Amino acid sequence: MDWDWAFTLEIIPQLLQGLVVTVEITVLASALAMVVGLVLAVGARSGVKLISYPVTGFVEFIRRTPLLVQLYCLFYVLPDFGIILPGFVVGVIGLGLHNSCYIAEVYRAGIEGVPRGQWDAATAINLPRRYVWTRVVLPQAIPPMIPALGNYILFMFKESALLAAITVVELMNTARIIANENYQYIEPITLVGLFYLAVSVPSAFALRRLEDRLARRAA
Amino acid sequence: MPEWWGYLSLIERGAWVTFQITVLGCALALAVAFVAGMGRISPYRPVRWLAVTYIEFFRGTSGMVQLFWLFYVLPFAGIRFEPMVIGIIGVGLNVGSFGAEVVRGAILAVPKGQTEAAITLNFTRWQRMRRVILPQAIPAMLPPFGNLGIELLKMSAVVSLITIGDLTFQAQVFRLQTGMTAEPFGILLVIYFLFASLIALGARRLERRVSGWAKSE
Repeated sequence: MDWDWAFTLEIIPQLLQGLVVTVEITVLASALAMVVGLVLAVGARSGVKLISYPVTGFVEFIRRTPLLVQLYCLFYVLPDFGIILPGFVVGVIGLGLHNSCYIAEVYRAGIEGVPRGQWDAATAINLPRRYVWTRVVLPQAIPPMIPALGNYILFMFKESALLAAITVVELMNTARIIANENYQYIEPITLVGLFYLAVSVPSAFALRRLEDRLARRAA
Repeated sequence: MPEWWGYLSLIERGAWVTFQITVLGCALALAVAFVAGMGRISPYRPVRWLAVTYIEFFRGTSGMVQLFWLFYVLPFAGIRFEPMVIGIIGVGLNVGSFGAEVVRGAILAVPKGQTEAAITLNFTRWQRMRRVILPQAIPAMLPPFGNLGIELLKMSAVVSLITIGDLTFQAQVFRLQTGMTAEPFGILLVIYFLFASLIALGARRLERRVSGWAKSE
C-alpha cells in the first residue's frame, strides 16, 4: 500500500468543499429534525386518539426502517407524484425526518422529566395552555435534553454520508468521485475517515463533558 | 410492466441475504462487544488503549464510510475478502463498538460489593466474571442490545452500496428493470419493518427469560 503524499495535499481543497456541503446538510437537517421532533412529541402525547395513534405509528415505522431506504423512497417515488426536488433537498428532508422520530423520543423523556407538580401549579394559577408549555414546561425540560440532542446532531453529521447514494456531492461522494477519476482509492477514502473522526471525536468528548456537568448540577 | 410479480423472487433472494448479514453481523457484534467492553475496563493499560481506540474509531465514523474503506482500501493492503464477508465484518464491527459501551455500562452498574464479596471468597477473575458479575449485568444489557440489533438490520441496507445483493440492492434492480418506484420501495419498507419487529419481539422474549438471573432479595 503506497501512500501518495503529493496526491493527498492535492485533493484536500476538494474534500474541504465536500465537507462544507456536509455541514450545510447537518445544520439544515438538524433544524428540521428538532422542529418536526417537537411536533411529533406533542402529537404523540395528545389526548385525541385520532392524532396520537397515527403519530406514534408513523414514528415507530420510521424508526424501524433504514434511512437509506427512506432516502431512496423520497428520491425516486416523489417525482412520480409530480414533486421534483434536487437531491440535496430530498436528502435534508429524509435525514431530518428520520431523526425527528428519534428526537421526538428525547423530547418525550425530557417533558416527562418535568415534575408533575409544575403542571398542576400552572393549571392552578389558570395559565393559558400555550404559556404552560412555553413559560413553564419547556424551559425546564430542554436543558437536560441538550446532550442527547447534541448526540443526534453528531449522528446526522456522520449519516449525511448516505446522501451520496442519492447523488448529493457531500464529503463521502467527493472522495468517491476523486477516487474514481484518479484510480487512487486509499488516500481519499482514508482522508474522509480522518475528517469525520476529526469532527466527531472532539464533539463526542465535549458532549460527554457537558452531560457530566449537567448531571452534577442536577444532583 | 404487467408481470412485475416475477420480480418478487428477486426480493426474496435479497431478503435471505439481508437475513444472513443481520444474523452473522449480530453474532460478530456480540462477540466484539464483550471483548472490547471488558477490555475497556481491563486493569492492563495497553488492553484499555486498544479497546478505546477501536470503540472511538468505529463510533466516530458512519457505517457507510467504514464499509467503503473496508471494500476499497483493504485490497491495496493485499487483504481480499468477498463482498459478503466485508459486509458482515463492517456492520459487525460498527455495531460492536456501540455494544461495547453497553457491556461496559452494564458491568460497571453491578454493585461494587459483589466484586468485593467475590474477592473475599477467593474467586479467580474468570470465576468472578462468569458466576457473579455477568449474570447480573446481562439482564441490563438486553434492552439496548435489542435496539442495536435493529440498528444493525438498518445498517445492512448500506451494504447494497458495496455490491452485495441484499434486499435494498434487489429493490433497486426491480426499480431499474420495471421503472416502478412505489411498489419495490413500499415492499422494502414493509419487509424491513417486519424484520425489525421480529427482532424487537425476540429481544423482549429473551429479556423475560433472563430476568431471573439477577435476583434482588
